[in-house]
Amino acid sequence: MLRRVMPRCLLTFLVPLLLMLSSCEKESQVAKATREGILLLGNSNEPKGLDPHIVTGVIEANILRALFEGLITNDPTSDTAEPGGAALSVTPDATATVWTAKLRPDGKWSDGMPVTAQDFAFSYQRLLTPELGAQYAEMLYFIKGAEDFNKGKTTDFSTVGVEVLDPLTLRLTLRGPTPYFPEILKHFTWTAVPQHVVLKFGTIGQRGNPWTRLENIVGNGPYQMKSWRRTDHIEVERNPHYWNAKNVILNGVRFLPVTNIYTEGRMFRDDQLHVTYGATPEVVDQMKKERPDQLRQEPYVGTDFFRLNNTRKPMDDIRVRQALSAATDRQALCDHVYRGYKPAYGITPPMGTYDPPHIASYDPQKAKRLLAEAGYPDGKGFPRLKVLIASKETAATLAQALQAMWRDTLGVEVEIENKEWNAYLVATHDLDYDIAYGGWVGDYLDPLTFLEMWSPGNGNNNTGWNNPAFAGLLQQSCQESDATHRLERLHQAEAILIEESPVVVVAWKARNYLVHPSVEGWNPLLLSNNPFQFIRITPQR
Amino acid sequence: MFRLIISRLGQGIITLFVLITLTFFLVRAMPGSPYTGEKAIPEHALKRMKEYTGLDQPVPVQYFRYLKNLIVHQDLGDVIKKDGVKVSEIIGESFPVSLGLGVLSIGIALMVGIPAGVIAAVKKNTAVDFACLAAAMVGICLPSFVIGPLLAVTAGLGLKSLNVAGWSSPTDWILPAVTLGLINAAYLARLARGGMLDVLSQDYIRTAKAKGAPPTRIVIRHALRGGLIPAVAFIGPAFAGMISGSFVIETIFQVPGMGQHFVNAATDREFFLIQGLVLFYGFLIVGANLLADLAQIALNPRLRKS
Repeated sequence: MLRRVMPRCLLTFLVPLLLMLSSCEKESQVAKATREGILLLGNSNEPKGLDPHIVTGVIEANILRALFEGLITNDPTSDTAEPGGAALSVTPDATATVWTAKLRPDGKWSDGMPVTAQDFAFSYQRLLTPELGAQYAEMLYFIKGAEDFNKGKTTDFSTVGVEVLDPLTLRLTLRGPTPYFPEILKHFTWTAVPQHVVLKFGTIGQRGNPWTRLENIVGNGPYQMKSWRRTDHIEVERNPHYWNAKNVILNGVRFLPVTNIYTEGRMFRDDQLHVTYGATPEVVDQMKKERPDQLRQEPYVGTDFFRLNNTRKPMDDIRVRQALSAATDRQALCDHVYRGYKPAYGITPPMGTYDPPHIASYDPQKAKRLLAEAGYPDGKGFPRLKVLIASKETAATLAQALQAMWRDTLGVEVEIENKEWNAYLVATHDLDYDIAYGGWVGDYLDPLTFLEMWSPGNGNNNTGWNNPAFAGLLQQSCQESDATHRLERLHQAEAILIEESPVVVVAWKARNYLVHPSVEGWNPLLLSNNPFQFIRITPQR
Repeated sequence: MFRLIISRLGQGIITLFVLITLTFFLVRAMPGSPYTGEKAIPEHALKRMKEYTGLDQPVPVQYFRYLKNLIVHQDLGDVIKKDGVKVSEIIGESFPVSLGLGVLSIGIALMVGIPAGVIAAVKKNTAVDFACLAAAMVGICLPSFVIGPLLAVTAGLGLKSLNVAGWSSPTDWILPAVTLGLINAAYLARLARGGMLDVLSQDYIRTAKAKGAPPTRIVIRHALRGGLIPAVAFIGPAFAGMISGSFVIETIFQVPGMGQHFVNAATDREFFLIQGLVLFYGFLIVGANLLADLAQIALNPRLRKS
């Protein structure tokens, strides 16, 4: 009987099902979303929240860019342009220390309430309130008195340089000349949160305030929240109260937290995404051959490097550090390990008018000479060091390549030590390593975001390196109101850093990702902070 | 029977208590903390964050506070890195997805695995048997992270009506359920075959054959009940595993289920989320084992007496 039943079952159910599945020419998700004017965007992971004062990551920043608008906003085509957002203008005094923001009178929150200078003052007070324990409060330390207030040295907010002159005028007094302040203002920590909504659901310094839940959240950006299903999607729709609503092109954005980058690649090929968050090296190579027009390889403000533990022998010897740096063939690493990255000669990637000093370079002869001078001719007597990496694929390949380079050029042997992500972070913070792979992504477009972490006492230094001349130049740059002179100081400081090589800089990061041909106006920007409202999607013929 | 259930429930409660205690102290023994990140958190902010979650207290205080919240308020705690989100919310949102997918998968596993195992046993040492065994072996040996992408590329990209990943339409259930189902079908087929072979060589089956009972009736009426006992014992824990989600399947097919939280909570050092998930999973396992025991008793009269 079984013999009779089984084929019948197959014929009755399976075959029609397969025929049905294969014959349905269903409209793809991209085609449907394009018709509806919704951008389908890969966003790598579920956001940790949507409170601009609590979150810190790129994933959250992508969503916040749709929901909130700062005094200065992002330009769709230029990294350096500083178009007004919530403010009509933000103007400095002669020393670039006191900045006055004139808010636009038609600025409204998504619930129809006006956006006022008081909202901004409240926001800055909230971010700096010690009870909130905001991780990124230091982004506001540019304001006079902000650090003392945040660290609880004073409880009087009137000592902080934030003044509301009238409902549409805000005056910010900074701790020193800051000619690049408009660039800082683009960061999401400087956006306002609605005072009336935050206080409706909690107090100013309350963590876990439910004001950012789907049903409560109110913003002043071009979009407002539509739906949120954790680890599935977040969708935003047009904010009818946005001051420039009539010029918003896209109807909405659907953020998909696709954690697996291989899955994301398949979803793109299956027309389920307009723009991916990333692309694996395999996909990059394949797309280069098959669909080069859909592959984007763009510079990104980030640097990959290896930290050298300056507190351990033999890396406490500058000659050893310089030898390791000179024995690193950055071009070969970029050609064979990375995709789209550029060999780094400084820690700061070139940005705007700033070009870092051309110091770090591959010079095998110099490397050998320096190591011999340090007492290790041809690597003899050099201790067997460990290169610490976190369990990520590129890092392992990179460390292996470096291992081979240093062996061939210097005759030194290093071991690779692979640790779980958290264990790796703990070891790095505790200086419990010899050499550790690392990287840094800038928060804003200014060399300071790459340089100040190497100042003594900074929690992200993690090398034990401390140079008073470097710290002094950074300090001087903070007093400099002339933008050109300020960049010169930073340039000099960076020259000291790279010369002393507490880290071996390797490559400037790039973003590899895929963009569907229907998407127009997705321009290469160094911080990848494309404003969604200017993007157009047109159906493919 | 009643005594058995009561005794199993008592054992279950003790198991869960031991489980939660062990988990509590083990997660805190891992290197790093929920606040370890690429960018260092300023000391004063870190202090405030720890105060908010209670992680500034000594570990024994944290433990008793956790037990108190759990027992008195049925509160599993907050997700540390997600401001204002409760562990119970995460489980409440993701479990129905995993449950639905798990039920469908176990259905596929049963429909494919049991008939395959039974047919293989009945057709012992024939080409059919070898084919079933070979297919089952392939299913066991190939991990889900191979079968999943393979199905996604062949069926997902091949058939226009199926998405390679996502959770937006009912057809999105098919590929993850088939992947999860086939892997378990392979185990079930081998267990069902083994059990059936054992039963088919028993005296009472020979007697049935001698009495002239038709072969189909012998298999279905007499052998199946005893032959499925090993498979049933496997189904209980496997079912609990399937309905609590699979990290691999969920990340391959972008399913908003519970499995991914198990792995991510561990790598993120989300203490309360790990504890909550482990407790919930333990609860499912205890429940599923109890049900599997009851099912075995129903299938095997000898167990009823003991």
